[in-house]
Amino acid sequence: MRRHLLSSADLTRDDAVEILDTAAELLSLADRPIKKLPTLRGRTVVNLFFEDSTRTRISFEAAAKRLSADVINFAAKGSSVSKGESLKDTALTLEAMGADAVVIRHGSSGAPHRLATSGWVRSCVVNAGDGTHEHPTQALLDAFTLRRHLGDLEGRRVTIVGDVLHSRVARSNALLLSTLGAEVTLVAPPTLLPVGVSTWPVQASHDLDGALDKSDAVMMLRVQSERMNDAFFPSAREYSRRYGLDDRRFARLPDHAIVMHPGPMNRGMEISATVADSARSVIVEQVTNGVAVRMAVLYLLLGGSTGGQPTAEEAAL
Amino acid sequence: MSPAGRGVDATTASRIVLDATDISRALTRIAHEILERNKGSDEIIVLGIPRRGVPLAHRIAATMASVEGTDIPAGSLDITMYRDDLRLRPARTLERTDIPARGVDGAIVVLVDDVLFSGRTIRAALDALGDVGRPRGVQLAVLVDRGHRRLPIRADFVGKNLPTSLLERVTVTLAEVDDSDAVVISAAEGAGW
Repeated sequence: MRRHLLSSADLTRDDAVEILDTAAELLSLADRPIKKLPTLRGRTVVNLFFEDSTRTRISFEAAAKRLSADVINFAAKGSSVSKGESLKDTALTLEAMGADAVVIRHGSSGAPHRLATSGWVRSCVVNAGDGTHEHPTQALLDAFTLRRHLGDLEGRRVTIVGDVLHSRVARSNALLLSTLGAEVTLVAPPTLLPVGVSTWPVQASHDLDGALDKSDAVMMLRVQSERMNDAFFPSAREYSRRYGLDDRRFARLPDHAIVMHPGPMNRGMEISATVADSARSVIVEQVTNGVAVRMAVLYLLLGGSTGGQPTAEEAAL
Repeated sequence: MSPAGRGVDATTASRIVLDATDISRALTRIAHEILERNKGSDEIIVLGIPRRGVPLAHRIAATMASVEGTDIPAGSLDITMYRDDLRLRPARTLERTDIPARGVDGAIVVLVDDVLFSGRTIRAALDALGDVGRPRGVQLAVLVDRGHRRLPIRADFVGKNLPTSLLERVTVTLAEVDDSDAVVISAAEGAGW
């Protein structure tokens, strides 16, 4: 395992399978009376969140605490960042406090990579979502959830629907699921597909109905209005009618297919309330699995001998 | 952790200390001793420590079950996250933890491992067990006790006491994980761990 988790693209199939297998063992911890392991005792994990987040931050916090690490939460709001402090100075502060791992969410794509490769900090860096680039732990928990329901992902068809352009979840999932052997189809209006999607290891389509029949899983994405400074579709109603997972489309899915959503959901927009609450929706399970997957990532990055002390070779990565 | 599928290299100076029949006899005796010590099989759970403790635990439980005519729950307890040497090596792959459905609360837990050496593995296992529940008592069964304890730990049931030098290596192979059942002692560069 590498020293940082910055992108799904960095993970080989063996890396990904190791994380998912480790997470599978750690998931059983949730059923125990004492939900804690002593493994990261004395290590410090900093949650550095420059963007709002509910489930990712709580999930990382729970994961680190269950491994007995000390957790420092840092939100940009109410911190020196709002007084104009740069990422570099914030990083130097964290380094001086002795952070072993930094979990960073940032509005700018590439901020975690900058933090990991700049030499500002010696800690492991975990990307918890950067701009419209990547969100690798979300992809890992989605892959984990898919594996629990579908078994091996080789040849499985996963359809990702919605605002692909602004979605770091879609990019990370497309890369990771392809690495794991799944066939990924992205469905979105032409305006919400990124430039260069033809170079991704996926199929792209504008027709949701055509893709549903043969899908083993459908992942609905939120329309990220906060990142939209332009009119990407005529109206919310039209988007919902053409790209929303409503009851009629849900009925056309194969019987074994599952419905996923990285959250937060806009009920009635990309997904109907009935579908979101149905037995085949695994949206709540995704949150539970997220803690196990993030525990696995923190354990594999920090649990062994390499955590906190980069060798020359690793520092070069 | 041990590599899967151990092979015994015939070219190094090694000798078989226990063969398949010896191992079978030792496990049968341990099963009887467990029953004798606990005056029956009530509330006994046999937990193996991965990797090779797990098949041993299942074999002992099966023998106890056939003697008593009742079901003896058996499972496995992974101790990786509780090891005291985690920071000395890259992160290890986790093994399976499989606690029988009744839980360990109030039970007599018999921990099973293949080789008892420094005692550090058992220390970790006791910590791991404490997080799973509160057994009434814990006993330890090992196939081979090779000495050189570093911690105040001893086994309750021993298949074979094997006096060794720290430079020797004791290798247990089991049919469930490797090709065949055997305990082999060989000269090695430095101690096993």
